[in-house]
Amino acid sequence: MADTAYDLIVVGGGPGGYVSAIRASQLGLKTALVEAQHLGGICLNWGCIPTKALLKSAEMWHSLQRLDEFGLAADNIRFDLDKIVKRSRGVSAQMMGGVKHLLKKNKVTVIDGWAKLNGPGKLNVEKDGKAVGSFTAKHIILATGARARELPGLEADGKLIWTYREALVPDVMPKSLLVVGSGAIGIEFASFFNTLGADVTVVEVMDRVLPVEDAEISALAHKSFTKHGMNLHVKTTVTKLERGKDNVTATLDHGDGKTSQITTDRVIMAVGITGNVENIGLETTGVKADRGHIAVDGYAQTGVPGLYAIGDVAGPPWLAHKASHEGIVCVEKIAGVKEVHPFETTNIPGCTYCSPQVASVGMTEAAAVDKGYKVRVGRFPLLANGKAIALGEPDGLIKTVFDDKTGELLGAHMIGAEVTEMIQGYTIARSLETTEAELIHTVFPHPTVSESMHESVLDSLNRAIHF
Amino acid sequence: MPITITMPALSPTMTEGRIARWFKAEGEEVIAGDVLAEIETDKATMEIEAIDDGILGKILIPGETDGVAVNTPIALILEEGEEASSMDGFTATAAVPAAAESAPAPAPTTTASAPVAADPAPVAAPPAAPGQRIIASPLARRIAADSGLDLALVKGSGPRGRIVKADVLGAQGTAKSAPAIPAAPSAPVVIPPTSVEPTEIPLTNMRKTIAKRLVAAKQDIPHIYLTIECELDALLALRKQVNERRPDTKVSVNDFIVKASALALKQVPAVNASWTDTAVIQYNTVDISIAVAIEGGLITPIVRNADLKGLAAISAEVKELAGRAKESKLMPEEYQGGGFSISNLGMFGIKEFSAIINPPQSAILAVGAGEQRPVVKNGALSIATVMSCTMSCDHRVVDGALGAQWLAAFKGYIEDPLGMLL
Repeated sequence: MADTAYDLIVVGGGPGGYVSAIRASQLGLKTALVEAQHLGGICLNWGCIPTKALLKSAEMWHSLQRLDEFGLAADNIRFDLDKIVKRSRGVSAQMMGGVKHLLKKNKVTVIDGWAKLNGPGKLNVEKDGKAVGSFTAKHIILATGARARELPGLEADGKLIWTYREALVPDVMPKSLLVVGSGAIGIEFASFFNTLGADVTVVEVMDRVLPVEDAEISALAHKSFTKHGMNLHVKTTVTKLERGKDNVTATLDHGDGKTSQITTDRVIMAVGITGNVENIGLETTGVKADRGHIAVDGYAQTGVPGLYAIGDVAGPPWLAHKASHEGIVCVEKIAGVKEVHPFETTNIPGCTYCSPQVASVGMTEAAAVDKGYKVRVGRFPLLANGKAIALGEPDGLIKTVFDDKTGELLGAHMIGAEVTEMIQGYTIARSLETTEAELIHTVFPHPTVSESMHESVLDSLNRAIHF
Repeated sequence: MPITITMPALSPTMTEGRIARWFKAEGEEVIAGDVLAEIETDKATMEIEAIDDGILGKILIPGETDGVAVNTPIALILEEGEEASSMDGFTATAAVPAAAESAPAPAPTTTASAPVAADPAPVAAPPAAPGQRIIASPLARRIAADSGLDLALVKGSGPRGRIVKADVLGAQGTAKSAPAIPAAPSAPVVIPPTSVEPTEIPLTNMRKTIAKRLVAAKQDIPHIYLTIECELDALLALRKQVNERRPDTKVSVNDFIVKASALALKQVPAVNASWTDTAVIQYNTVDISIAVAIEGGLITPIVRNADLKGLAAISAEVKELAGRAKESKLMPEEYQGGGFSISNLGMFGIKEFSAIINPPQSAILAVGAGEQRPVVKNGALSIATVMSCTMSCDHRVVDGALGAQWLAAFKGYIEDPLGMLL
């Protein structure tokens, strides 16, 4: 007879859930994890991982368009979308298998099914309408994740109007595409299909694309996307989507009474996400969801003793690495690890894998000024970086924001080749509470794109050498 | 930049005084806590202590000078690494308040045409003790250096006790950059008895301060002493009951005495006051100083608003304060102030004693041991547990009758202890 009592049960096996379960097991807690669909959650199966696989294919396709520039030639260049998609599904499957293995290695009991809380410390699991079992735990962590937000009247139908789900396994290569929403998800899909040759239009309700990024980065991204052939409309909303036989006609409101219509093969709705708080028995515990999320404190505690929530379901930022770290802090506190500091979201890097890449951490310049800081800003264009030019990727900017008074690195914002791999440098520096002095005295390797990180800091003191 | 020492005010009403003598000469090294000079008024004598390490650069007003107005600059201290030339042309500013504040911050140097800033070198790690590095993040180090905060005073909350930005910002909020309190008393110098000659034990700052204050108290305050005896039996029984309820944190007889004193001060508020030349200062909060014996001397942590606190709260607070007092970990505001003091030698078997008033307070209660004594009740000999309490009063503020009134109120609470719990 399988065990039904655990020290910890984690509901949801995504990057928040499985990481928490593994950590808990490392700390000696008897742990179970309940997953209804696929281990690895959205991240591994329908998010982070497959999109990066797709984008790699697109990047290579883009390189194939520039062979002559690099002294190469080839005939009969083509792409096979089905194969591209199949590869990404294969990567996902491989990762999912990896997570399964890790959970087994760490002796986490994996329960297949849908969990529903049944009062504090108790939950029932069901699969395909049949009961799997009832379980008790001293601690329960909800890591149920989130799903695409729907706008009334603009709901996805899974056929012509897509969410990220359908976009990851497209039935056709659309010749034209409307992407609603220019956050990371919208822009990555826009970038992917645009690179493969679709005529892509992006609509954004805020006043700039990638609105959470620093305004200068948004502006450069806008310029770059336009150069790559995308049509961008900011301060614009979609008021109607009319489905045709095999296309969709959207009515756009550009403000000031101006409207227009656009007909595309497909539409991708990427207007945000909402937490999966429904049908999990929250009402049996007294915890109420607030606008699609479960409110928690710095230790992921919900207020009901023994009940916690992490990751997308617990609120922004909706990033896999945020979920993982939040889960670890939660579990370490539960396990009584000494000196666990509450989880803070002020040093979480964000990356967008479009082309050119975007990466940032900390405060935008505007946010710092708003908070009352007198700022010192450093800027270094990748145009002046030897490696970037050698790579044939000269577009980009490394921007650093410092507190003029203390030299604290308040934020770093980058656009250009490889920046998603470079942002960890600034993140580590902020973690160690660097000032500009330590960064200046750090020797960066040459020739790398990362040296521009050093030059940007120098520029904040008007001391850049290479610009 | 040299630090200006100005003529301190020994009392709120002092306008001028005499620099009796300088204990250090120009060019002599001073370390924090060293006595620099002796200041006199007709009422009192005070020593000025150095709050920072440095060199006495210049004596502006020599010893044996009368009529020095309060706030007049009287000396310049050079900080570590400063040359004598930095005093040239330096105008000592009279506006700088007395020695408790650190040097005035240099004006920020900003120019319209942002010049290339000097190479910001990482702030080097100063050793805390020989071979001991203070571990702090670069940002924490920078912020501390900019504000003159000594990292050795900051407790680190980061990994392995690392001092991080939050710790430095927190420390800036509470402590001043250089405390003006006497340094923790060093272990008494133990000189092995190798000869029959008397040995000299150097005075610690605490000893010197205690001596100074007590002499001043005895010289300035006309003490009168009133003794009363209190029967403790009812209180001891109540205490037993209270402690049975809370076996983990026991309430002591002294906790009851604190509470009774506080309530008595509420009842007879005129005792909770201070004498000055121009007025009697009436305190409107009941803050009681508790004498705690510590290594090398004595300190009086204060229980504030003791009249508003329950017995359990008072008990916990006294325990906590006494604990920290013994480790020399009290903040100045925790032992400076108070309107009334209690000194208890009962645990040492002292039957009765008279204490010296803690200026500027007007009274102190000296509590002796509770012991079984013969008492006369209704004409018959009986036995009760009796404690003798002697109240020393500043006769300028507390006349005998007033003192007696207070003691009666106090005795009332001690002998009918339930009244304290209401």
